[in-house]
Amino acid sequence: MISRRDFLQASMAASALVGASGFGNWSRLAAQQALTQDQLLQFDTFGNVSLIHVTDIHAQLKPIYFREPEVNIGVGEVNGKVPHVTGADFRRLYGIEDGSPNHYALTYNDFSALGKTYGKMGGLDRVATVINAIRADRPDAILLDGGDTWHGSYTCYHTQGQDMVNVMNALKPDAMTFHWEFTLGSERVNELVSGLPFDSLAQNIFDAEWDEPAELFKPYKFFERGGAKVAVIGQAFPYMPIANPGWMFPEYAFGIRDENMQAMVDEVRGMGADVVVVLSHNGFDVDRHMASLVSGIDVILSGHTHDALPEPVLVGETIIVASGSNGKFVSRVDLDIRDGRMMGFRHKLIPIFSDVIAPDPEVAALIDEQRAPFESTLSEVLGHTDSLLYRRGNFNGTWDDLICDALLTERDADIAMSPGVRWGPSVLPGQAITREDLWNVTSMTYPKAYRTEMSGDFIHTIMEDVADNIFNPNPYYQQGGDMVRMGGLGYRIDISKPQGSRISELTLLKTGEKLDPAKNYVVAGWASVNEGTEGPDIWDVVETHIRNKGTVVVEPNTSVQVVGA
Amino acid sequence: MEFTRRDTLALGLGAAALTVLPFRVAASADDKIAEFTGGADMKSEGITLTAPEIAENGNTVPITVDAPGAASIMVLATGNPTPGVATFNFGALAGSQSATTRIRLAGTQDVVAIAKFEDGSFARAASTVKVTIGGCGG
Repeated sequence: MISRRDFLQASMAASALVGASGFGNWSRLAAQQALTQDQLLQFDTFGNVSLIHVTDIHAQLKPIYFREPEVNIGVGEVNGKVPHVTGADFRRLYGIEDGSPNHYALTYNDFSALGKTYGKMGGLDRVATVINAIRADRPDAILLDGGDTWHGSYTCYHTQGQDMVNVMNALKPDAMTFHWEFTLGSERVNELVSGLPFDSLAQNIFDAEWDEPAELFKPYKFFERGGAKVAVIGQAFPYMPIANPGWMFPEYAFGIRDENMQAMVDEVRGMGADVVVVLSHNGFDVDRHMASLVSGIDVILSGHTHDALPEPVLVGETIIVASGSNGKFVSRVDLDIRDGRMMGFRHKLIPIFSDVIAPDPEVAALIDEQRAPFESTLSEVLGHTDSLLYRRGNFNGTWDDLICDALLTERDADIAMSPGVRWGPSVLPGQAITREDLWNVTSMTYPKAYRTEMSGDFIHTIMEDVADNIFNPNPYYQQGGDMVRMGGLGYRIDISKPQGSRISELTLLKTGEKLDPAKNYVVAGWASVNEGTEGPDIWDVVETHIRNKGTVVVEPNTSVQVVGA
Repeated sequence: MEFTRRDTLALGLGAAALTVLPFRVAASADDKIAEFTGGADMKSEGITLTAPEIAENGNTVPITVDAPGAASIMVLATGNPTPGVATFNFGALAGSQSATTRIRLAGTQDVVAIAKFEDGSFARAASTVKVTIGGCGG
């Protein structure tokens, strides 16, 4: 008799084959310029339950360019494992042909050229088409939103998330979990969550005062599908009050709480769940670690770290699905649930090529309606760029180089700091930079660009602290962002060292001198998590800078030396 | 990240204190443990310590200890200037041998809980709680 474990591995291999052949086909067809919607949606319906996963949309209603990272280093047990594989290595791993649409969608190389060939990705009207097609195959498919939905654009900021709520509601999700949503402030979050026509799930959102589960967020929800009881447990981003301003939502406490996750899995199993799905905003490495510690989870739909993987990762008997960000991808996962167990699965990461997938007219009209009051402001051209502007990568990206340059220039500072967030679409060389583009990489509810003095020693302490939040070998101590971007400062980082000894050779670039630990420097930055931070809004600082430049050129950044990876 | 000048100074001092403290503090925590156990061996089973991996607020970190059948449980914050936090004693009529409290942590450190059982045996659990500047979450 085949054990459950063997069965999973067998179906994993089958899934890989389906994935590989699918990928090969797309590549060839793309070479012939014949990519079609039918090919992107092709899927032999399997089993009796379908899950649809979207996550980390960051309020991108319209198609965007989004360059995947070149540098994404894994530490400890995950060194060299996905999602810490990039570029050509990633393509070899999954059998993706160079120059193919999936090369463009999933890796960073030749992004500017391929972006012109294959066009923008995403757009919630295209996502709606894909969801509708899956529902045509399986009318009761469960649509799950992993969060970071109500944050990240001009319109989302000015409507306090209402534009996203309106459009997502039209897609009819079955449940959602959270992260940046909380930066709208707890009052607004409570208001929006209370009005949602679906469930808000998080087993790890607690009342801060009493350390009891918060009433507004249910730990799990049962769905009866295809004769099976499907339990979906929510997991919000664990480190919200640390990575984001806790003073904006002081009533709530978070944390990984894997002991409570185990208790919830046991509880739903006790109530007759045939399959347990976790809708997670942990980040991939935290999910992989949690899967090794908590038993009884069949599927983790993973969000937060913006990884897009063409195949699920298997940990014990748990599959982990990573569905990318900014609306670039939708994951479909079909499950065969029988006799109270997951007997097999079929998976596809569906890339949303916006020129191939037809927009759903109803949702397209709804999106236009949200944007109409802001359209002239959004489309205003601030300047042009000769360089590719992108953000993702562990240490720097050209968008943040530009933002740091704006801080140094406009705020007359020695050193600039820009937060290592992972959201923010790209702009191709030769394109205009619109106000919408700028807000896509700066929009947030704590945008003040501070200017202060810090000692060399304290700057070093901050960098060590942030580096440990990314490169601590224990995933549970990672927060899932990238390294703080430094303007005007060069340094060397040894990933393999412990906190306090990773960062060295701090150099003030404008003089070439080593940073003096005892001396004070003028530092300009933004996105401080402290209440009462003062200064102009970051988007105004950068807009002024872009207007003054006219055309932006960002030279390659060679100021960070990385070793020990 | 924290950036205001006032907090900057506070953190700078905290970091400086941390670099000095561990040696002296570790010795002090070890003294406390030796005093409690009399140098006896400690098992790793039979006691559960629940603490956050990263503190949301280092000034008030919720922890729970649970050791079925324990007569008493000692909790230590090994990196604090005064590592002793509390010793919970359970009477014969106690319904469970579990306690929850909040503790203040001076910086990233190990929180240690040691249970003493009726038969004179001991069990130990430890958890690293990180106190971080934060910010920059993606």
